[in-house]
Amino acid sequence: MSTEKNLYTISVYTENNIGLLNRISAIFQRRHINIESLNISPSEIEGVAKFTIVVKMTEVNVKKIIGQIEKQVEVIKAYFHNEEETIYQVSGLFKIKSELLFEEPQIQNIIKDSHARIVTVNTAFFVLEKSGRKEEIVQLYNQLSVFGIMQYTRSGHISVTKEEMKISALLEAYNN
Amino acid sequence: METQTITKKEIVTKVTERISGSEAIVRCLIAEDVKIIYGYPGGAIMPVYDELYKYQDKIHHVLARHEQGATHAAQGFARISGKVGVAIATSGPGATNLITGIADAQIDSTPMVCITGQVASHLLGSDAFQETDIVGISTPVTKWNCQVTRAADIPIALAKAFYIAKSGRPGPVLVDITKDAQFEEFDFSYEKCTKIRSYVPIPKTVAGTLEAAAKLINAAKKPLIVWGQGIVLSQAEEQFKALVEKAGIPAAWTILGASALPTSHPLNVGMLGMHGNYAPNVLTNQCDVLIAIGMRFDDRVTGKLEEYATQAKVIHFEIDPAEVDKNVKTDVAVLGDAKATLAAILPLINENSHPEWHQQFKDLYEIEYEKVIKGDLHPTKEGLTMGEVIKEINIQSKGDAAIVTDVGQHQMIACRYAEFNKTKSNITSGGLGTMGFGLPAAIGAKMAAPEREVVSISGDGGYQMTIQELGTIFQQKAAVKIVVLNNDFLGMVRQWQQLFFEKRYASTEMVNPNFVAIAEGYYIKAKKVTKREELAGAVKEMMESKEAYFLEVCVEKEGNVFPMVPSGASVSQIRLE
Repeated sequence: MSTEKNLYTISVYTENNIGLLNRISAIFQRRHINIESLNISPSEIEGVAKFTIVVKMTEVNVKKIIGQIEKQVEVIKAYFHNEEETIYQVSGLFKIKSELLFEEPQIQNIIKDSHARIVTVNTAFFVLEKSGRKEEIVQLYNQLSVFGIMQYTRSGHISVTKEEMKISALLEAYNN
Repeated sequence: METQTITKKEIVTKVTERISGSEAIVRCLIAEDVKIIYGYPGGAIMPVYDELYKYQDKIHHVLARHEQGATHAAQGFARISGKVGVAIATSGPGATNLITGIADAQIDSTPMVCITGQVASHLLGSDAFQETDIVGISTPVTKWNCQVTRAADIPIALAKAFYIAKSGRPGPVLVDITKDAQFEEFDFSYEKCTKIRSYVPIPKTVAGTLEAAAKLINAAKKPLIVWGQGIVLSQAEEQFKALVEKAGIPAAWTILGASALPTSHPLNVGMLGMHGNYAPNVLTNQCDVLIAIGMRFDDRVTGKLEEYATQAKVIHFEIDPAEVDKNVKTDVAVLGDAKATLAAILPLINENSHPEWHQQFKDLYEIEYEKVIKGDLHPTKEGLTMGEVIKEINIQSKGDAAIVTDVGQHQMIACRYAEFNKTKSNITSGGLGTMGFGLPAAIGAKMAAPEREVVSISGDGGYQMTIQELGTIFQQKAAVKIVVLNNDFLGMVRQWQQLFFEKRYASTEMVNPNFVAIAEGYYIKAKKVTKREELAGAVKEMMESKEAYFLEVCVEKEGNVFPMVPSGASVSQIRLE
């Protein structure tokens, strides 16, 4: 049995229900597993929500967790994938003093090279947005932090899988 | 045309009545064929109690003396009847007092619906009087829960609650209903829930798995069946017996599975696990095919997992896919309801008898008999043993009683030695190990099955955790037979202190009250036995009593339960002394 821990993306399709987040997060808490990132959004199916949870754990345990998640009444289906099997993005927001844009010309190059987008500018600050893989956001953070960042935040993973997820077919089967 | 038909049908079926949310709750219970509920009133649930007063000819509400007692009584009710147990409580402390029973029902797969009152919806989150986030608190220990803030949602929530509690692998659910929703009037109609699209109560049996399992079983030279409560929950006792007999396979049980096959059945080789029988534990590590049915490989059953049946091919008949490969890696998983899968596999199984393999069980039983059982059941030393009390109960009940136990030494002894002729006869707190479970659970069991003899067996520790339910027994005139095996110790913890903590008996000695006087204070007939020669007569008198009866038996103070698989050891390292 492999005891090597890897990053896994767990995708959970659910009924949209108050309390379900609590129910799902409790499954991780019981096993003392830290959730690296979490995103909840509508899915491709109307009325069905999708949890995207990134965790670092062994494959054996992630399988057990999937079973315990799927067992919840309002969970339609849960999947897990490793990094290679998903296409994911995270987004980072950086709030920076506007004066730095002129005092530190290097910043302009960093923005250009990183393909970050300027969301807003005013006399006091400007806001940069960068989407990409986590490492790219971290790299940008490292480059900008030298000059000082007023605020920084990074979103959880949002991801789609290379493999097809047959939720619609599944729902149809449940309905019949 | 079709639209017209549908419209017509809706008009016909949707007969509604304008009633309050609280009346709707009671009407939903009646629609679910609930006749007895257990609970305790309080502010936020008072509208429901007012309706219970009006409907008392239809639903009998049993006033417990503590909400925990109400849940255990509902559990006892469910375990002996196979029906959903219902417990009801007010918000705040009433609701939190339910939690132990709910957690117990969750881990032991007991169908139970709990209804709690909640503060009015406009007060939610404001730290109102007796407000607690019971939905949040109960989430990890319920199969499902929800909060209702509008009367119109009550029928749907309760219909789902009963369906979820009972279907698939059963479990407890909790519905929290705000006080304003209880007062609100709405157009009531009730429809039972039969399907929830995201919920698959019984998984499909994967094609080929029955055949693969049958092939392994037919080729096995030393097969062993280990069964659990799944047999009882799916009412598969007959199918199970047929399989065991046709294949001639020795079968051993977890404590929740006990009584699914009569104790006297020649293929019943006894109890598994930490204090189970010697033969099935030792031979678990010698069998070539291990067939697990409706059990979940609890650590008290498996001992050290890395050394559990590693030589065997493992077949797992299971309704809950999350249990497959959770603790023990299976070679073939047969998903589905045990009643259906066992019936389906029977024609694929060859008749067999495995006489040499059986002989190994008999030989090991002889060793266990000489070293342990003889001394437990036929002691010659001074001091009564717990085992001889169970033996007397067996003699008087002829194996027909339902035995309800608490948790600890007496529980292990009762499970080991109680004789069961009928299924659903061993009611005990297995997974959670809840001291205090026994007495209230026995009340629920007796009320669900008044025709059955129900014997509650507790230790002096656990008995005092829910001793207040004697009041419920008295008020309900529940003819429960109550046995306390008193050693003036928290015996199981003391045993561990003796064996593993060099006899440092930290806080395990109990200075006990006059138990007979307490029972008599509740007007329950009571007797205390301290000598061997008094035992048989006292047990006979208790069993013949038409009313509740309390019997305290003072047993040896420092008796130990053996065999024992020490914590962290392999099942084959089971100790006989």
